Amino acid sequence: MSIKITVTVNGVKHTDKVEPRLLLVHYLRDVLRLTGTHVGCDTSGCGACTILVNGKATKSCTMLAVQADKSKITTIEGLATNGELHPLQDAFNQCHGLQCGFCTPGIIMTASDLLKNNKKPSEEEIRVALEGNFCRCTGYENIVKSIQYAADKMSAPRARKTKKEATV
Amino acid sequence: MSTKNGNGTAATGGPIGKSVKRVEDKRFTMGHGKFTDDIVLPGQTYAAFVRSQDAHAKILSVDTSAAKAMSGVVAIYTGADVVGVNGVPCGWQVNFKNGNAMKEPKHPLLVADKTRHVGDAIAIVIAESIEEAFDAAQAVNVEYEELPCVVDAFKATQPGAPLVHDDVPNNICFDWVLGNPIEEVNAAMSSATHVTTLEFVNQRLIPNAIEPRCYNSSYDPINDKYTLYTSTQNPHVIRLLMCAFVLGIPEHKVRVISYDVGGGFGSKIFHYTEEALLTWCTKQIGRPVKWTAERKESFLLDAHGRDHITKAEMGFDSNGKIVALRVKTYANLGAYLSTFGSCVPTYLHGTLMQGLYTTPKINIDVTAVFTHTTAVDAYRGAGRPEATYLLERLMDLAAHEMNIDPAELRFRNFIPPFDGINQPGYQTQVALQYDSGNYHAVLEKGLEMLGYEDFRKAQKESANNGKLLGVGFSTYIEACGIAPSAVVGSLGARAGLFEFGQIRVQPTGKVTVYTGAHSHGQGHETTFAQVVADKLGISMDDVEIIHGDTEKIGFGMGSYGSRSIAVGGTAIVKSIEKVIEKGKKIAAHLLEASADDIDFANGNFTVKGTDKSIAFGNVALTAYVPHNYPKDLEPGLDFSSFYDPANFTFPFGCHIAVVEVDKETGQVALKRFIAVDDFGNIINPMIVEGQVHGGVAQGVGQALFEGAEYNDHGQLTNASYMDYCMPRADDFPIFETATQVTPCPHNPLGVKGAGEAGAIGSTPAVVNAVIDALWSGGHEVKDIRMPLTSERVWRAMKN
Repeated sequence: MSIKITVTVNGVKHTDKVEPRLLLVHYLRDVLRLTGTHVGCDTSGCGACTILVNGKATKSCTMLAVQADKSKITTIEGLATNGELHPLQDAFNQCHGLQCGFCTPGIIMTASDLLKNNKKPSEEEIRVALEGNFCRCTGYENIVKSIQYAADKMSAPRARKTKKEATV
Repeated sequence: MSTKNGNGTAATGGPIGKSVKRVEDKRFTMGHGKFTDDIVLPGQTYAAFVRSQDAHAKILSVDTSAAKAMSGVVAIYTGADVVGVNGVPCGWQVNFKNGNAMKEPKHPLLVADKTRHVGDAIAIVIAESIEEAFDAAQAVNVEYEELPCVVDAFKATQPGAPLVHDDVPNNICFDWVLGNPIEEVNAAMSSATHVTTLEFVNQRLIPNAIEPRCYNSSYDPINDKYTLYTSTQNPHVIRLLMCAFVLGIPEHKVRVISYDVGGGFGSKIFHYTEEALLTWCTKQIGRPVKWTAERKESFLLDAHGRDHITKAEMGFDSNGKIVALRVKTYANLGAYLSTFGSCVPTYLHGTLMQGLYTTPKINIDVTAVFTHTTAVDAYRGAGRPEATYLLERLMDLAAHEMNIDPAELRFRNFIPPFDGINQPGYQTQVALQYDSGNYHAVLEKGLEMLGYEDFRKAQKESANNGKLLGVGFSTYIEACGIAPSAVVGSLGARAGLFEFGQIRVQPTGKVTVYTGAHSHGQGHETTFAQVVADKLGISMDDVEIIHGDTEKIGFGMGSYGSRSIAVGGTAIVKSIEKVIEKGKKIAAHLLEASADDIDFANGNFTVKGTDKSIAFGNVALTAYVPHNYPKDLEPGLDFSSFYDPANFTFPFGCHIAVVEVDKETGQVALKRFIAVDDFGNIINPMIVEGQVHGGVAQGVGQALFEGAEYNDHGQLTNASYMDYCMPRADDFPIFETATQVTPCPHNPLGVKGAGEAGAIGSTPAVVNAVIDALWSGGHEVKDIRMPLTSERVWRAMKN
């Protein structure tokens, strides 16, 4: 038995017939071939599969594809606009916020939700916001710094964005 | 931070020594990394396993008939189908004290007779989709006869313990000893005025790379050619082991590719049964087969780390000088010998018993034991964290017992500074010769960063407000840059441990670098490009690093043991030197001079003492368009090198932890963590600091949070992220880091390696800090078993 769903992913509308048991993460990875969203566990523990569903950070291994019917989804592939990196994507490079890069998409998506609701999070608020995401490589410190760096960039007046970026 | 090369000359002002941003980041931050599970091949099939739920059981029957009839099933194989196939091998032979070779029971691709740990593979189910594979695996009916099991390394050696392998008496794989004769050590110990004794467990850890292991194997019958995509740290090693030892396939008929790998920490060094089994299966069915571990399988099958039971005694004279060290360790190997399982508790552990101290008499005795648990092998640090934990716990405890300041006790026992050039290397009592060291300085720097005197004042005051403050020290050394082939060969290694590096200068002067090292987060694409750009005087944009493909890279031994820059980087440097030497000949011809009169600097070949010069790019072009060219010189500018190191490298440092213990609950809060590390010269300080952060997080994880828990039935009771306590972002303070530079005297970059130090130095610092906090509150506690949960700390205070 298959069920028809329609979802808008990164601005593109998709209609597919899916098995009721198909997880959203597998729909994204295997059907749409958007492989930037990763599976690190099967129990919502690691957060590597975090995406935005209707603007809210969501672990896509915890949701069935059929539950996402009629929703708007943003994955890591949809974060850059017109080839320009999202400030978070740039910040992770500037602050060495990633090593192996496997958890990175999920962490960036979590952070993008945080910064939408909290323009200037404290170190503690960032660490608490990351409680659903594992990183085994970085010890988290440079991830925290990356998110602070992006928050500064995103809250800065537009004109400042074109200035040469200071070394962190 | 100053950067010098091995002979003390200053860096050139090029990219070496600078915190260059990583060139590999963009693909990861945009979601375009290429991990093995991202790859789907034409005609792809998917594998799921039927795995044992019992730690030890006789397999009475395996019925696959119902499963085979299910929708989408392509094939099912059981242990009976692969009885004639070899098992996966062990890469290091350790001998018993009596000279006999260690016991090497077969580690089959699928078990046919009995299961030896929970998760042992009984059948592989291959189907059109992963869902159909899972469904059919559920329908395979296995009848078991449950047998008694043993999970504890010491208990497994006792009379009457259940045997993991029928032909391994007392479950002992080998016993082993290193150091001075035991009689000499006993005599020295008898002369001691104080002996500190510590009996402890270095608990089993689960590496938990966030990318689960994944393999995708395919076979091309027309060309009789296999391709294995694998999440490994060393593709060439996997190809060699799988072809030559397991499947008997000619090596040139197999291509092994590992593009992006999502963390390894040791757990992806080893040749796992699934890699060989999928490669065997793909030929049987004529289609590609892919398997991706579920997280539960990662817990149950990725080789675990540590798991030592140890009794250690350290004797001191009346001045607090160490006179002897005596160690007995039972090392748990799990149910099977993993690829390097035998060398971790021996040559990567016993050989570090000197630490940073002048201990004159040392004896370590190790018994390596099979149990009904997951195999144990290298996990970040691999033997060296266990050695450091042992020594540094003893040092702080001895300081408490003798009422000597723990920093002062170390200063009294440190090996004096030596640079390995003007002063010789330091010969230890346990086989190794340290390359260069300045141990006093890292502790002095650490104490300065801590503000030691102020801390001790604050410690006295804190006891009055419900909290106990404690400080813990760890001054560590590690053996990295693994390893001189002849040395490890004499110690039982079945492989060389050199590295390969190729510099292919393209006609336009752009450079493609092929390295046998493998990056799974370390940032080689940046660090190695810095080295090449610096040495050739070209832009980093003109350098591309290629790794992880046996068809592209001449050879390689991969990345582990903090070896990439010290061994792999040096192989690249050797090739650069060959490029420059040939370039000088070409330049000499074009400039009408002798090659001996040509200097190469900043990307230009120049006739000494003149302004006649030619750019590197023009020389490259001439090499490929050799119209006006030296008569006896081959065209092209492309060199490869193998580098076999002269010695291990020996990074060292001082880690200091400050903790606060709640007197009512035993809850431990890590307030500060200071790491002063000496890695020799540093190519990219930003990347090195990142390595320290990650290592410290794992080491603190061992001290405070992590630990595999087996019950008496051999069940791993915390095999999920709901149950195994992985450190999260809010578990850490901001780390305070600094580096000191004592160059490695025996490689041209003067580098020592930085990948494991954080995990090696940090754990005892944290535990020592908790013990110090308890002593400051009047609780004279010798040991608390890791991880230091609030319950364990609370009980330690109450007893």
